[in-house]
Amino acid sequence: MPGEPSSPQAPLVEAIGITKLFGDLRANDSVDLTVQQGEIHALLGENGAGKSTLVKILFGSLQPTSGSLRWLGKSLHVASPSEARETGIGMVFQHFSLFDALTVADNIALGFDSDVSLSEVAQTARQVSLDYGLPLDPSAVVGDLSVGERQRIEIVRCLMQNPQLVILDEPTSVLTPQEADRLFEVLFRLRDEGRSVLYISHRLEEVRRLCTAATIMRHGKVVDVCDPRDSSPAELAARMVGGDIADVTRAEREQNGPVILEARNLFAEAATPFSVRLSNINLQVQAGEVVAIAGISGNGQGELFAALSGEAGVTGAITCDTLRIADQNVASLDISNRRKLGAAFVPEERLGHATVPQMELSENVLLSRHASDQDTLTSAAPIRRKFTSELSLIAKRVCDAMDVRKGTADPVAASLSGGNLQKYVVGRELDRAPKLLVVNQPTWGVDAGAAAQIRQDLINLAEAGAAVLVISQDLDEIFQIATKIAVMSDGKLSEAVPAKLMTRERIGLLMSGSDGADGGDAVTGTRAA
Amino acid sequence: MKVQLIKRSQPSNWLALTSPFMALVLTMVAGAIMFALLGKNPATGLYTYFIQPLLDPWSRDQILVKATPLILIAIGLAICFRSGNWNIGAEGQYLIGGMVGATIPVLFNTWDTALVLPLMLIMGIAGGALYGAIPGLLKAKFNTNEILTSLMLVYVAQQFVDWLVRGPWRDPDGFGFPGTKSFNESAVLPALFATWDAHYGAVLAVVAAVIAWFVLSKTLKGFEISVLGQSERAGRFAGFSPAAMTVFAFCVSGGLAGLAGIAEVSGSVEKLDDKLSLGYGFSAIIVAFLGRLNPLGIIAAGIVLALTYIGGEAAQISMGLSDRAARVFQGLLLFFVLACDTLIHYRIQITGGSASAARKEGAG
Amino acid sequence: MEVWISILISVCAAATPLLIAATGELVVERSGVLNLGVEGMMIIGAVTAFSTAQVTGNPYLGALVAIIVASAFSLIFAFMTLTLVTNQVATGLALTILGLGLSGMIGQGFVGAPGIKMEALSIPLLSDLPVIGTLLFGQDLIFYASWALVFGVWWFLFKSKTGLKLRSVGDNHASAHALGLNVIGIRYCAVLFGGACAGLAGAHLSLVYVPQWVEGMTAGRGWIALALVVFASWRPGRLLIGAYLFGAVTIGQFHVQAQGLQIPAQFLASLPYLATIIVLVLIARNRRLTMINTPASLGKSFVPDR
Repeated sequence: MPGEPSSPQAPLVEAIGITKLFGDLRANDSVDLTVQQGEIHALLGENGAGKSTLVKILFGSLQPTSGSLRWLGKSLHVASPSEARETGIGMVFQHFSLFDALTVADNIALGFDSDVSLSEVAQTARQVSLDYGLPLDPSAVVGDLSVGERQRIEIVRCLMQNPQLVILDEPTSVLTPQEADRLFEVLFRLRDEGRSVLYISHRLEEVRRLCTAATIMRHGKVVDVCDPRDSSPAELAARMVGGDIADVTRAEREQNGPVILEARNLFAEAATPFSVRLSNINLQVQAGEVVAIAGISGNGQGELFAALSGEAGVTGAITCDTLRIADQNVASLDISNRRKLGAAFVPEERLGHATVPQMELSENVLLSRHASDQDTLTSAAPIRRKFTSELSLIAKRVCDAMDVRKGTADPVAASLSGGNLQKYVVGRELDRAPKLLVVNQPTWGVDAGAAAQIRQDLINLAEAGAAVLVISQDLDEIFQIATKIAVMSDGKLSEAVPAKLMTRERIGLLMSGSDGADGGDAVTGTRAA
Repeated sequence: MKVQLIKRSQPSNWLALTSPFMALVLTMVAGAIMFALLGKNPATGLYTYFIQPLLDPWSRDQILVKATPLILIAIGLAICFRSGNWNIGAEGQYLIGGMVGATIPVLFNTWDTALVLPLMLIMGIAGGALYGAIPGLLKAKFNTNEILTSLMLVYVAQQFVDWLVRGPWRDPDGFGFPGTKSFNESAVLPALFATWDAHYGAVLAVVAAVIAWFVLSKTLKGFEISVLGQSERAGRFAGFSPAAMTVFAFCVSGGLAGLAGIAEVSGSVEKLDDKLSLGYGFSAIIVAFLGRLNPLGIIAAGIVLALTYIGGEAAQISMGLSDRAARVFQGLLLFFVLACDTLIHYRIQITGGSASAARKEGAG
Repeated sequence: MEVWISILISVCAAATPLLIAATGELVVERSGVLNLGVEGMMIIGAVTAFSTAQVTGNPYLGALVAIIVASAFSLIFAFMTLTLVTNQVATGLALTILGLGLSGMIGQGFVGAPGIKMEALSIPLLSDLPVIGTLLFGQDLIFYASWALVFGVWWFLFKSKTGLKLRSVGDNHASAHALGLNVIGIRYCAVLFGGACAGLAGAHLSLVYVPQWVEGMTAGRGWIALALVVFASWRPGRLLIGAYLFGAVTIGQFHVQAQGLQIPAQFLASLPYLATIIVLVLIARNRRLTMINTPASLGKSFVPDR
């Protein structure tokens, strides 16, 4: 399998003084990284710390502005991903480099540079997937597969190149806890075979379990190199963030406010061949509660958000016995009229859904508030410019309240960083003091400081008497803020259970579609698979 | 040599204002090269094309005549394009507008009151709007590609109008030439000044531009148009309906093209004949982009395009240059407008040789 | 019988340019680029083919020049949309407008000039077969080329590794880039191939179908070719059906006119365009089919990080 290392002591790969500029931005600033042979090495850092840039340079997708690479002690130049593969570097991408319209075999073949026949590729793929316990159907079309299955394709494609170094970018963020355990077994086996793994993550518990060395990055620089097992997760987090993060706190009390959001027996037909059908959704959110819906994305979360917000339209595709917001039947109301009842919505995509990328923050206020704030923003006549000052005022208020960092007074949405834009998008709705807030993935891809702030704001909103529904795939987040937890899987929603009675294992089982409450057969069934 | 684009964090306002002028200058440079290749004096060529028509009163009058339909159609197209709908069939909507408006003087030629003209204009707008609504509705209902359907309807409209003016509507005393009887006085859109060819359609064009500018920049409807044009999902999130917008945009743009058609028929030709389709509907696409989809900018852009028509005629007479050169100019102009628009969002870095040179430049 | 064979031959002649242009555009769109300039490239092909054949007396040289010039012409589009990331729809329209203008200028001296027809190239023995002999084996070279092209493109797209790369770029350019494929390079090649095909299609019009130069002689065929690609849901085999269907509508229309029926000629002339609209509606109604087959990156610009 792996070739004999030329000199056993030399590190497998070294990056020396890597600097990468994007315009004026220093994405990497004299970064050093050393990965030993047969080591699982963690690359830690917040979003925007420069981890992805460094990894793309190792894989040849980007060229460094300055600095050099060494491979087993010898100088290395990686001009392209195919050169990286030839050298023995394999990569599993965070957002997967897969093609929905093509089959699994086609997808794997595209990762090969030599002209291997498709049937040979399929044969080797079957071999590798059996060997590592990563089952795959080569003739399946990728668009029909779950996120976990897609990751398997990426891993098999990477392993088929027989790499010495396997780079994984945030691999567990899309997996159930049980799937993650199986991935770890594969990684340990790779290590035992003498290969090295560069493991990018911000999940510190996981890193301490897996890795024997860690390089921590912040703002494009390396701030620490350590053995993660010697530090507590809190210590690692502080080094990543460069300071302590405020704890998210929640007052312990039994709330029993009135029901603000209620859906009974809600069904929604799939609008496109790529969307999920919602079946028999039952859901209740009371004032003062934070109800969280856990689940791997792509299991109908977007569709549920669209159905609850009214964005999906009021066509016949959605049917339900009851859909009420604040004691009003809203089944036939559109999103604007649901907002007028005091509901507010924050979708998953910050750019191009929650905001128009090339519009200023002040204009983007109008996007979600032109109907609900008619009195102040548009009045009876649908003329708006006269209220521009009002829009700027709201935008400023939101930015101040949420501590949104921006370059100019009123920049376009696209120019903000992910965390700052997310703070703006959440703040725009909080500024209305809504009775109901439905938010999809509130802190996805957001830096830890911003995430903590947003989570605290959601808790505060509920404690002030609003109903909050959070759809999230981040279990840490859910356990931090939720009072009740339900799990979404394949368009179905489990019953919401008080957070105290939920465990990660049970959520994991519910995520993969088995009934966590039953235990018994379902549990052993999943384990056996 | 390698051309690289580097995204600006904020679009450049300065370049947004100047890019149409840069495009115009580049077009003139390209035109000069073309003249030289054809063995003509580039300076004389450019002068004949772009300066001379502005100095001569008759030419100025003709520029206004040509600019009127171009501006009217381009305003509608700008609204449509801004909303993310590609109406390429304005030529057909223009023809049908002219035809529907002409039904009154053709079928009721004895009716001779002050009502005739306003009614004709309204019918022209309605005809164009309804014909424009076809691709709009097909897109909204069935998700049909509006570019192709609107364009196909141009050919259908051309054939239909051709049939009318050669068949049922032909003037029996017209010596067999295709075309209706000349309209009565009451059905003619009056000239701006006694001896001019330019008619009140020019005033309508300016009024339409001002209204469109107001709607686009000052009203919620204008906001809705820009939001849906830039991001359909954000539009749905705002509570706007993309399907309703598609139908609306096609109706408005068809209606303005229809108005251009009936204004041309009633103000310029004073009858319906087989020469109504002069390609204004396509040239207006260039006008819309040259005006940066801004109705006030479109007024200026319409005049520039009209200038190329008139200049082209002048160059044909005085320099023996093909009248098709005008179309070449228009095509080049659109290319340069689009290329210069890239500068608003990107910085362009041109590096000699290999990628390593690019890296050095980045470091420096 | 004789009559029917001659009708079928004219159907082939009407279908061939549509088929060739649509096959080229299919490859372009499979790579994720929407080039609406087919009409413009086609007419550039028609005028250069005709003028070259006129001057040299050799129609084959004319077709060759048409292919070269039209693909050079498509390079303008490629540079604009791929290097300068301009809007593909608007740039395609610009290409059509420029093509119509330029062809008018180039062709001015050739209006009314006698055409040089590309003669049929009968294949010995086979063309003597009864009925199908002349139909299948007694045609011009471009006709044979069109069939070879469709099968070649089918093989290329679905059986070759390079074709797989091209499809992957059209499906997800970001993934393709991450894997190290040269997205822009592949798209440049696809656009040039589309230009070459449109040029050959134009050459067929002015050397075989009409053999003359008439300004604007493409008469919307470039646009119909674009519609055919949608109709075929981006599959080469279905292009054959679509192109021959449209060929039949076009020719049927002439024969109805010849029969002296009381239908105005203009109404019959509208038929191919109306048929296009109806076909587009029928195809679009099957949302599942179109959504699954449409290249996911179609019409989207790609700017890699550097």
